[in-house]
Amino acid sequence: MPFPLPAFMAVSSANPWTYVVFGLIGFAFGFTLEMSGFGDSRKLAAQFYFKELTVLKVMFTAIVTAMVLLFGAVALGLLDFNLVWVNPTYLWSGILGGLIMGVGFIIGGFCPTTSLASASTGKIDGMLFMLGGFVGAFLFGETESLFDHWYNTAGYFGRVTLDQVFGLPIGVVVLLIVVMALFMFWGAEQLERIVGKRDMSREPKIRFAGAGLLAAAALAIVFIGSPSLEEKYARVQIERAVEGEPIKFAPDELLAKRMVHIHPGELLQVRADDRLRVLVIDVRPENEYNLFHIKGALNLPLAQIAGFIPALLERQAANTVYVLVGNNEAAATEAWKMLVANSVPNAYILEGGLNHWITVFGEEEDGIAPVPAALEDALRFTFQAALGDRYACADPSPLAGWELEYEPKIQLQLKRDKSGGGCG
Amino acid sequence: MTTFVKSILKRPTKPFVHPYFGGMILGIVLFLALFLTGNGLGSSGATSRLVTAATDLAAPGHVDRTPYLLKLAGGDKNPFDDWIVPVFFGALLGGFASGFFNGRLKFEITKGPQISNRARMLFAFLGGALFLYGARMARGCTSGQALTGGTTLAAGSWAIMFAIFGGAYAMAYFVRKMWN
Repeated sequence: MPFPLPAFMAVSSANPWTYVVFGLIGFAFGFTLEMSGFGDSRKLAAQFYFKELTVLKVMFTAIVTAMVLLFGAVALGLLDFNLVWVNPTYLWSGILGGLIMGVGFIIGGFCPTTSLASASTGKIDGMLFMLGGFVGAFLFGETESLFDHWYNTAGYFGRVTLDQVFGLPIGVVVLLIVVMALFMFWGAEQLERIVGKRDMSREPKIRFAGAGLLAAAALAIVFIGSPSLEEKYARVQIERAVEGEPIKFAPDELLAKRMVHIHPGELLQVRADDRLRVLVIDVRPENEYNLFHIKGALNLPLAQIAGFIPALLERQAANTVYVLVGNNEAAATEAWKMLVANSVPNAYILEGGLNHWITVFGEEEDGIAPVPAALEDALRFTFQAALGDRYACADPSPLAGWELEYEPKIQLQLKRDKSGGGCG
Repeated sequence: MTTFVKSILKRPTKPFVHPYFGGMILGIVLFLALFLTGNGLGSSGATSRLVTAATDLAAPGHVDRTPYLLKLAGGDKNPFDDWIVPVFFGALLGGFASGFFNGRLKFEITKGPQISNRARMLFAFLGGALFLYGARMARGCTSGQALTGGTTLAAGSWAIMFAIFGGAYAMAYFVRKMWN
């Protein structure tokens, strides 16, 4: 899935031309708002007296057009939806903020971006709205500490989309929204005819063709459906530097060449590296985790990983490395495939699993004894007590001079810092 | 110079485009933004970043001690290092360009027939302050939440969209003299 383009995913002063790309997007945005009439506060306010529903028409036409194109591209496998920023849901601060915005809208006559289109065309009220906006944004920064906890936790659901809320396929939700929008357009035209006393017979007939096209495209998305996890996995390409040259690999190739299997020594070293965030994910059942696990490891048995992926996609910084740990490698490899299919970057597998880890760091430790294991992915040690991470080898010191020889494998795939997305 | 300014301000005025056409173009722009960069449209975040940059110049210690500002410009963090800042300035330029080509560059106050210029200016200022306060609380405005989040089906964004319209419709009756 080639889109979104990695080079465009974040702006940074290190790549000044990314400012040009986003500047052009902004240019098109401001141009469209102005030509739709949103530089004039009367046109915006008329929406709320049912005389002229331009705001609703423009906004919902934009939403359904973009939505149909977006999920069409996802269905055709051109776009990786997991890499598209989805505003995380903070329900209560969102609703209160929305109500405040509504009051500001009808009093001020603009919303922030339309005030830009207005101010830049010389409208004094648009300039004052902008100026007021700076004051409002300043006041928010100064007062946020008074309700910081509420602001960051109340009604927090993370990355959650309407299809998940209603338990429907994404295509069906897209179709329902298109139908809802068309119904709203019909209602808006009735209101304009009755309240605004406009002659609707002079409206261009081509709008019916547009409505039909939208509905047909939405229906097509329902029938194509979203790509399955297997299809996504088959399309993934991961770039790795080999002797300084960037080469793209299919995930199965990385597994076969053991390019994502890290030695316990490398895990020990990266855990101690302050510049990296290392999240060790222990994919074994809970009882085995309670017996022994690497300190700080998160217990996510295979069945639970899928549910945790939205959280991984939303919150983790670009320098996060995920290390999947099982008793041996079979379960960890399954989990790795799941993360890779969902575009979670920087996923690795602990080579030989915990069996290998204990062999390296804890073979001599009291209370741990080797046993022969019948199954390949079973634990080859017994423990006197379920001490979890209180065994010494659960948290070996990186300074102990282990003298391990291994080939380092971890490379960071540069992906957008999740904290940098959205309207932040 | 004055004739140049006059020639800019006195171009023939063209009508606005049809709302469905404007919406379709806006939708294509929004789609392209999401498709190419993974980010949508927005602007209120830039307002907040510009203000924080100014605060950081005047009182860097204060920024480093305030949790919300810390995330934007704490330490040696550059508050302009975010996609939304070029989008903001681009939108200003784009609005100007459309105003220029369509002959709508004009110093004026857009207001209802009954309200005085002074009152309209005061309310525009107050409305802007309220809107941006709310936008920061909701983590995005009509563009960043309603348009972009609406398109990506973000559940919270749909709640915010209805809250914006709800707040405006609830208040509209009380300020009807401002617009009618």
